[in-house]
Amino acid sequence: MERTIRVDRPWSWRSFFLQWEWLLVLIFLAVHVVNSLLSPYYFNADTFLQTPMSFLDKAFLVLPMTMVIILGNIDISVGSIVALSAVLMAVAYNAGLPMPLAMALCLAVASACGLLNGILMTRFKELSSVIVTLATMIIYRGIAYAILRDQAAGGFPAWYSALGWDSVGGIPIIVIAFAACAVVFALLLHRTSFGRRIYGMGSNLTASRYSGVRTDAILLTVSVLTGLMAGFTALFLTSRMGSTRPNVAQGYELEVIAMVVLGGVSTSGGKGRMAGPLLAVFIIGFLNYGLGLVNIPAQVLLVILGLLLILSVLVLNLRFRDRHPRTPPATEIAGP
Amino acid sequence: MRKLLCRALTTVALAAMLAPPAQTWAASGDKYAIVFKNTGNPYGDRQMSGFKAGIEEQGAQAILRAPDQPTAEAQIQILEQLISQKVKAICIVGNDRDALQPVLTKATKKGIKVFSLDSGVNPASRLTHVNQADSEKIGQTLVQAAFDMSGGSGEIAILSATSQATNQNLWIEFMKKELAKPKFANLKLVKVAYGDDLRDKSVSEAEGLLQSFPNLKVIIAPTTVGIAAAGKVLTDKGLGGKVFLTGLGLPSEMATYIENGVCPYMFLWNPIDVGYLGSYTATALVSGKITGKVGEKFKAGKLGDYTITKAPDGGTEVLLGPPFKFDKANIADWKKVY
Amino acid sequence: MSGAAPIPVEGTVRRAAPLSESFRELGLLVFILLLCGLFQLGNHNFLTLGNIRDLLTNTAILSILSVGMMMVILTRGIDLSIGSIIALAGMAASMTVSAHRDIHPLLSILEGVAVGTACGALNGLLIARFNVLPIIATLGLMNVIRGGTYLLSGGAWVSSYQMSDGFKAIATGKLLGVSYPILIAVAINLAFVYFIDHTRTGRRIYAVGSNPDAADVSGIPRRRIIWLVYTIMGALSGLGGVIWAAKFASAQSDSAVGFELSVIAATVLGGVSIAGGSGKVSGLVLGTILLGILNNALPLIQVSPFWQMAIQGAVILAAVLTNVLVKRNNQRSALQRRVI
Repeated sequence: MERTIRVDRPWSWRSFFLQWEWLLVLIFLAVHVVNSLLSPYYFNADTFLQTPMSFLDKAFLVLPMTMVIILGNIDISVGSIVALSAVLMAVAYNAGLPMPLAMALCLAVASACGLLNGILMTRFKELSSVIVTLATMIIYRGIAYAILRDQAAGGFPAWYSALGWDSVGGIPIIVIAFAACAVVFALLLHRTSFGRRIYGMGSNLTASRYSGVRTDAILLTVSVLTGLMAGFTALFLTSRMGSTRPNVAQGYELEVIAMVVLGGVSTSGGKGRMAGPLLAVFIIGFLNYGLGLVNIPAQVLLVILGLLLILSVLVLNLRFRDRHPRTPPATEIAGP
Repeated sequence: MRKLLCRALTTVALAAMLAPPAQTWAASGDKYAIVFKNTGNPYGDRQMSGFKAGIEEQGAQAILRAPDQPTAEAQIQILEQLISQKVKAICIVGNDRDALQPVLTKATKKGIKVFSLDSGVNPASRLTHVNQADSEKIGQTLVQAAFDMSGGSGEIAILSATSQATNQNLWIEFMKKELAKPKFANLKLVKVAYGDDLRDKSVSEAEGLLQSFPNLKVIIAPTTVGIAAAGKVLTDKGLGGKVFLTGLGLPSEMATYIENGVCPYMFLWNPIDVGYLGSYTATALVSGKITGKVGEKFKAGKLGDYTITKAPDGGTEVLLGPPFKFDKANIADWKKVY
Repeated sequence: MSGAAPIPVEGTVRRAAPLSESFRELGLLVFILLLCGLFQLGNHNFLTLGNIRDLLTNTAILSILSVGMMMVILTRGIDLSIGSIIALAGMAASMTVSAHRDIHPLLSILEGVAVGTACGALNGLLIARFNVLPIIATLGLMNVIRGGTYLLSGGAWVSSYQMSDGFKAIATGKLLGVSYPILIAVAINLAFVYFIDHTRTGRRIYAVGSNPDAADVSGIPRRRIIWLVYTIMGALSGLGGVIWAAKFASAQSDSAVGFELSVIAATVLGGVSIAGGSGKVSGLVLGTILLGILNNALPLIQVSPFWQMAIQGAVILAAVLTNVLVKRNNQRSALQRRVI
């Protein structure tokens, strides 16, 4: 007689809704409520459609950073990649290259920077991702400074500003682009074997390697994707500013990492979902905007964001404290 | 515990969504906004307080904003928020000369009067610029001071802020132009160092200058952080009397170094007055009294009458007045003010 | 170990143990020496007593903080809030001195350390007791403490004329020709060497980082050790904050922004593994000195200031790669000699 032993918990509505991402949805709604109460300028179509334009440029970085952190790594060079690719695009355009080609150059340079990160990490496995990206962070921005010095570079064609400022059918172009990238990354992470392997590598790198997973190739791919998205950020940021300098996108890396960890992705690797950081992007973006509408001083906002980060993780930990799925003793599994 | 917490959160959120929004927003007069470079900067705070005093004197409401990091990206977000609040005028102290152009253009299109103050933006982004003192004059005054302190000849160096700062680069440009004149033929500018407005980097750069150029006579530091750092370095090394210091500094920060002679004299202007002038510029633009063109006149409260002049970058500007000299005689009075 | 005599096996070559086996960070040391040589060629004033004194004084604060950071990283943690703690401690001490001019400098130092310790204890509480990941806890507190500094001071600065001479002498005073910050840094480093290598608690820190679960099971009080480590980091940051304010004769709410990155760089450069559980003080000292040299020497050499950043990054990368390559060579030769 066969008996099936159930080792995992049965699915329930309660366990479904007690996930981290639903808590983020609640916070997201709460942010809108609080903002609407605070200022009469908040609750209108403009806010929901137009405001994302101002914070979505760094959101492109959140997508690959989620993968990087699930892998158990970190990448603090993204801001510098943005700066270098933007600077090279501007310089190339002003040297005569047609704008579409300059934009392609921007993406190419950014991807190359990401590729270099990946090569360093795979060839020198003794080095942690922190030290590699720390060094490249300084190098990439240093090259940008060496190229552009104390000048700004701009003078882009009029249509270029449309990227960061205009809408199509009422929806900003940047929102459309971001949505497309978000869908692609979510599919990559949750519906492909590539994504599964990322989780595996994050949980246990050695076991993955011994199981035949091509860890180097995956790490390289993620690094290139990080660079590519930094290129997108550069395109949209430069469009928003109409010009670029070597000091753009400073501090972006910490902001992006904060969004990813707020989204429930654990830095120890192997855990987290794409939905979380996506919600976190909008939470922080709208919170910033809403509090700014009532002219809250920047330092107070800093404290609020810091507290939000800590409190949300505290709540998360409190929730998980007593739901430890224990493996049943050996006798039960073996069966009668 | 966790169950309770989650249920409580859900209830609160749902209740808040269903409750009618409280219409407790205070009705107020016209709003005028000033955006400074960053927070935690007493110079900027004085400027903004002067602006606020002037606006409130005229019966309107002032909004004072500054980002916690001195970046253009952060200022763009603040400007978007101000546009949504439908302010009448925006006075911007720019972190970047060009990067704010798109967002300021958007503000202008919505009927907001935009002008810059202190650290300017490019002429296409603004109606006019409120300048503390004539940029060329600042450059000339500093070079003359270096000339006098060095005894007529010798090596001098400049310790600046970041390599990207608009006003810094403008002053340095004018200093170099002045140095090219035959009168200053014996004065040699050996290096322009960048302390990035960071204390530790400014100290390293100052020490580097002294190590690399043992015959250095004068350091010109047209930035409050740089001049204070250089003052400390020269004091600690006991070089007062051998190497001289001048530039633009806050009286409170430089009091020690002026009193001990390391810095015989330095220059600045009253940031409160700059902000005050800005407030009257704002209201004059909004009321239509001026449109930012050369030759237009307006009255700036207790500061008197001002005329708009042509600015070196092709736009227009309003000048507060000549730079003010701080030396041993008057530093004791001024160090408590700002 | 390098002392064991290799068993001669038929057909193998007898090779002496490379020097790098007994001194793990030899690659880094050689790199630093070469770099000094290069800089000296660029500017003959580099290796002068005066410049070296400046170099060491400027690196003192970095050294004090990297001692704390090493302990934190050893336990698989990280602390991003140290810059903010420096600002808060420095501001608190400076404001007190400004209000009570005759306060003894030692009391100011104590005040700064107390403020720092409180912040560090808060970090430790969040991390050890509430299981918040170190990067999140310290990132959040970094913002909160920085905001707190601003609110404490009301946005105002404390300037040189408001500080007593005694306070400023904390950084400028000398004993036997050596400035106080250098003496303090040396003392802290020596105390640290004793603590980490020759006390039980110190060894336990290694254990906790090397294998937290095994440490737990072996009866090592893991949570208490982690809490201790962050508290010490906070205390050292507080000390650094007072020296910072005294050195620059200025306390502002944006002091030391981004400094945590320099400290982490100095620590990791020296071979302290970010994965926890391994790293030596000798490496730490070398990493700190390398960073100090870069900060000091780059303004000296006649290279355009716009190249400073790129050169700094390239040197750091080269130093790290050299260290890795030397270690690999080390391992390979050890393998060849059948030494385990």
